[in-house]
Amino acid sequence: MSTPMHSKPEQILTTASTLRWEIGERLHDATIESLYREASRIAGRAVILKDGKPRFSFDRTLDRLVTSRVFGFPLMFLMLAVVFWITIEGANVPSGLLANFLVDIAHPFLKETGTSLGFPWWLNGFLFDGMYLAMAWVISVMLPPMAIFFPMFTLLEDFGYLPRVAFNLDALFRRAGAHGKQALTMAMGYGCNAAAIISTRVIDSPRERLIAILTNNFALCNGRWPTQILVATIFIGALVPSHLASAASALAVVGVVLIGIFFTFLVSWGLSRTVLSGEVSTFSLELPPYRPPRIWRTLYTSVIDRTLIVLWRAVIWAIPAGAVIWLVSNIHIGGESIAEWTIGSLNPLGILIGLNGVILLAYIIAIPANEIVIPTILMLTVLVTGSAEVGGGAGVMFELDSETATAAVLHAGGWTLLTGINLMLFSLLHNPCSTTLYTIYKETGSARWTWVSALLPLAIAFIVSFFVAQIGRMAGLE
Amino acid sequence: MTPFETLLVGTAVLVVCALLVWPRTGLLARWRHATDRSARILIEDALKHLYDYEYRKIPPTLESLAGTLSVTGDEAVKLITRLEALRLVERRNLELCLTQGGRSYALRVIRLHRLWERYLADETNVREAEWHTEAERKEHAMTSDEANSLARKLGDPLFDPHGDPIPTATGVLPSPQGKPLTSLADNEVGGIVHLEDEPAAVYAQLVAVGLVPGMQVRMIGQSPERVVFETAGNEVILAPVVAANVSVVVLPVEKRREGPFKTLSSLAVGERGLVTELSPACRGLHRRRLMDLGIVPGTVIEAELRSPGGDPTAYRIRGATIALRKQQADLIYVSESTGTP
Repeated sequence: MSTPMHSKPEQILTTASTLRWEIGERLHDATIESLYREASRIAGRAVILKDGKPRFSFDRTLDRLVTSRVFGFPLMFLMLAVVFWITIEGANVPSGLLANFLVDIAHPFLKETGTSLGFPWWLNGFLFDGMYLAMAWVISVMLPPMAIFFPMFTLLEDFGYLPRVAFNLDALFRRAGAHGKQALTMAMGYGCNAAAIISTRVIDSPRERLIAILTNNFALCNGRWPTQILVATIFIGALVPSHLASAASALAVVGVVLIGIFFTFLVSWGLSRTVLSGEVSTFSLELPPYRPPRIWRTLYTSVIDRTLIVLWRAVIWAIPAGAVIWLVSNIHIGGESIAEWTIGSLNPLGILIGLNGVILLAYIIAIPANEIVIPTILMLTVLVTGSAEVGGGAGVMFELDSETATAAVLHAGGWTLLTGINLMLFSLLHNPCSTTLYTIYKETGSARWTWVSALLPLAIAFIVSFFVAQIGRMAGLE
Repeated sequence: MTPFETLLVGTAVLVVCALLVWPRTGLLARWRHATDRSARILIEDALKHLYDYEYRKIPPTLESLAGTLSVTGDEAVKLITRLEALRLVERRNLELCLTQGGRSYALRVIRLHRLWERYLADETNVREAEWHTEAERKEHAMTSDEANSLARKLGDPLFDPHGDPIPTATGVLPSPQGKPLTSLADNEVGGIVHLEDEPAAVYAQLVAVGLVPGMQVRMIGQSPERVVFETAGNEVILAPVVAANVSVVVLPVEKRREGPFKTLSSLAVGERGLVTELSPACRGLHRRRLMDLGIVPGTVIEAELRSPGGDPTAYRIRGATIALRKQQADLIYVSESTGTP
């Protein structure tokens, strides 16, 4: 018998490949098993566990409470309600201050500076009415709620509560083919879809992560809440006696949120059974031990990672959008501005789905940020109807302080209750903003999924508003 | 148009669009599938068929070839003539035989097919019943280089998910192992080594009862109408013709695992179990994930919390609390334990 020392390389290789068939496929398993066995042998010798683990039993008690059948869900809704309430209440004042400073003070000042420097009117308008104003709007609407919502969310995450929410809700999401952690990314979506897309990294299963990304849009983001509230107040609130108006419009907004949740589950279910049925999916959800949140670190990371990065992306996108908005309203071809001409050609399609050309054009040019949709709609409506008593002129986005004044502009633009309802639905369901789309591209690394995430919601929005419009007209809503 | 008419037109347009582009069953998908069968695909399928018969030591005929490829007898004759012209097939005493070149071509295609099945089983969520069809398509669309890099990515697997050996890059394929399940004597214990995946209807039944290569079976009894055996603590009844598509090797006493086969999912909250085995049905990424979490034979696990919906359940595993769904916990076998998790 020859010793291995003297055998030829080919012989060794042949022996090795024969042995491979004999050993079979248990090799990987056996390696992991022996690694764990060895590790626990060493740990058993070297690590001494103290008797009695008070922290551990505290964790258990808390876990039993937050995942109990009786208290689990009420506690969860209470937490979420508190977070939303603090965000809305807390963001009002800084949002107002920022808008006051950036729009009411800095904007006229910049224009005057431009004029005094001898800028021609078009440069002044292009730079300050277009680019600057869009950026200012995005910052003042977006920054305060995000700077409040995300740190609170991160604190809950850091404390260890959020994984328990995913644990409680997993049964629901499992039926839709999704992961329990999608509950968390959805909740993030109520703050900002772009930030929520980044947060889908917590879902470690590729298929469920993709589902969470593609359906996140159905969580109303911070930029769309004001639109919903405004339109609900003007069109739904007006249906009931004035003392019930605010309750009715609040209910309408809640209804829209619920429709969004319904579509999240429906689309998740559909995706997991059709196009995504082959993508790999695994599940595991760690429930980490509770620990006191590290407040400063959390504040730092959530402000830097989530808020500022997303805000930066939004600003980058808002500036060119502002430029386009100003240009289409101010460049005239054959006596008509590009905006008027486009609105005219979009009108038939808009009316078919219960909206109008102004709304469609606003959604096209305001794609970078939902925050500027309403200001753009108002500006375009005034441009088209020619009522010059409000607003700042062609290409200057504006908002009105009173809802009655806004309602007057919209009614002059031919809006009805049906337009209002359809705008709420369209705003909920339509494609995500370009900041979010860019984030989706960055996260999935795939142009294909980015297209799907844009076109799928858009198609759903068109289909839903088309049917609502026809049924509404049959019911005599117009 | 009245709103009602618009509504009807809109609905009709939607239905037509859905019929056209629906994934897999839509007209577009069907049309693409139907135009897939080029001449090369027919050649490769024919070689595979001839190799399959050679491997099983059955003489192939024109009829068997025509049947397997769903072509007419005339087309089969033309195909064979073409294969002969390409020197992939030759006739010896009226019998169809593969030439050396034909055999290695066939092995290459089989390698692609089995590798791709393995990939689908381990790295995707495509259902068992679809593996074969998907691989039938992919085997013609992959180059050998792509196959080799896929094999490397999968850790050079030896068997496809049905237990068929995957030919190596150099064309080595060991001879078949095992004997039909029906040949086990009563109370004899065997390990499943192979499930035949054709015909699809029979294979679907094997999938439905949850059989996977690597499982242990114990014969309970058989009659001309049915075969009764036990696997992982469950009694399974199959028709003999179905059971004959399962190949087993007899397990010596020292390799048998004795029950009871209790699953992790059956633990009540507060109960502990010692992991004895991860079911062979838990494969690929799923298996790696569980093992990476420390769920290996010898680990003590305690069921700690049940979610309000009853599923998932959180388990104490090596000092961490991990929630697993019932579907996963069903594939982890445990025995009673009093150790600390």
